[in-house]
Amino acid sequence: MITLTHYLGVAAALFVIGIFGIFLNRKNVIVILMSIELMLLAVNINLVAFSSFLHDLAGQVFTMFVLTVAAAEAAIGLAILVGFFRNRGTIDVEDVNVMKG
Amino acid sequence: MEQVDFAIVLPEVLLAVYAMAALMLAVYTTKDGMTRLLTWATVGLFLAVAVWIGLCPASREGAAFGGAVKVDAFARFAKVTVLVGAAAVLAMSEDWMRRQNLARFEFPVLITFSVIGMMVMVSAGDLMTLYLGLELQSLSLYVIAAMRRDSGRSTEAGLKYFVLGALASGLLLYGASLTYGFTGTTLFSGIIASVQSGHVPTGALFGLVFLIAGLAFKVSAVPFHMWTPDVYEGSPTQVTAYFATAPKVAAMALFARLMFDGFGDAIPDWSQVVALLSVLSMFLGAVGGIGQREFKRLMAYSSISHMGFALVGLAAGTAVGVQAMLTYMAIYVVMNVGTFAFILAMEKDGKHVTDLADLNQIARREPGKALALLILMFSLAGVPPTLGFFAKFTVLKAAVDAGMNWLAVLGVIASVIGAFYYLRVVYYMYFGAEREGLTLRAGAVQWAILAGSALVMILGVVNLLGMEGAAALAAEALVR
Repeated sequence: MITLTHYLGVAAALFVIGIFGIFLNRKNVIVILMSIELMLLAVNINLVAFSSFLHDLAGQVFTMFVLTVAAAEAAIGLAILVGFFRNRGTIDVEDVNVMKG
Repeated sequence: MEQVDFAIVLPEVLLAVYAMAALMLAVYTTKDGMTRLLTWATVGLFLAVAVWIGLCPASREGAAFGGAVKVDAFARFAKVTVLVGAAAVLAMSEDWMRRQNLARFEFPVLITFSVIGMMVMVSAGDLMTLYLGLELQSLSLYVIAAMRRDSGRSTEAGLKYFVLGALASGLLLYGASLTYGFTGTTLFSGIIASVQSGHVPTGALFGLVFLIAGLAFKVSAVPFHMWTPDVYEGSPTQVTAYFATAPKVAAMALFARLMFDGFGDAIPDWSQVVALLSVLSMFLGAVGGIGQREFKRLMAYSSISHMGFALVGLAAGTAVGVQAMLTYMAIYVVMNVGTFAFILAMEKDGKHVTDLADLNQIARREPGKALALLILMFSLAGVPPTLGFFAKFTVLKAAVDAGMNWLAVLGVIASVIGAFYYLRVVYYMYFGAEREGLTLRAGAVQWAILAGSALVMILGVVNLLGMEGAAALAAEALVR
């Protein structure tokens, strides 16, 4: 029997993988975008699982909003990345360092 | 029922329709040629909406869409501050953008979208409204940070802001999902009801921590401040001026809204966390600014430190504390708008510069403008008798009244440390080694804003320009 805890466990694992993907990744900014997407999808699993468990639709409505906003976010992220690539000719994480900090 | 709902959100609807119409108009006509017209139209509209919201009779207040949007005195105070701050930044950047060859019609449109997001944020009554408002604001800000497409610094600032901002949104959302799961509702009124019926469920407590982390990023409180110096330095200066004003007010107001409307019966649970954030921000902002040689980076650390002080008011967890926080934020916006009016004017051989060392002996050539910046710097440092002193005084007093003496003592120490770098700017202007080349060039609007904000810092001490009463009403609406 798959219970709520299982779903929450999977979502938490995906969320943590997403966070680590952002911080440990030293190669490519695209991987960071994928990690962000992973975090948002982990949240969606959480919301749908809670929604089904609580017999309450609000969580699924929330999921729809999150999906829509995530699409807009990815579009803007890629657009900024294209602008960055045009200036630098690279999208390596190590090259995002003109300003210290 | 629905008519009432739409009547309550009419200002937001009006701004959204205007922004989309302006976008279409510019795209189908002369594009960047429309920038000037659109900028001034947006300034006028913002001020008109601010007056409308500020003077609207209390009967227009209320909850709409089943409680998902809430307009009360608190929301109105924050909205007026946001709108006036955004209008001031737009008004002073129009002339500058034209000279910097940066006049893009998207700028006023994106500012309008972000202002709509902020207005939704401050009247959020539901986790979904909170998220949508926050994202509408953030997505617009990511774009304008990377607005100078041909500059590596600007696009890098945009990229950093985007990645860290998206991470913060993820944390916030995860917190929202846990809060929803363990309280069974996304409505703030529902969350507070389930908190009331006993202690906070452990899962919701985890959610609360994630929500605080996400919001701390948006107000650039330590330890979620890493993006601030780089984004402030890399973005075009008028964008930095905007980042330092309206979004900070909106994020701080949203922070207070969520804490009091959603978790108002669990104040001890979050007050310690907020107090910790505020102490760290005050000190890191004060210490980190010391080594800075760049005016915009300095303002970034200054804003981190100021957010720490505003959080002191929130950590107090009382109506007086919220009132102090709102007053602080309003004064902070005026100080920052004035300072950035000066920074925008700094020019050397026809190029915009922001090095602090270039300010040397500027007081000899431009005594009036240097005096205005001197007043603003004293005010930012919190030297009496300027308004900045009263801002700090009210938040620290609120902390003492709430029995958090240690927080007030730490605040005073941090403000003394922070005073060093503000006074160094004054030192450069009046006593620095002679260095030629810096000119101050700006339009009449910019000088009027600089002089006006400096005057407010001096004259405002009489009765805080009557703002205190409005802030008190706003705080009472939030804290019951």
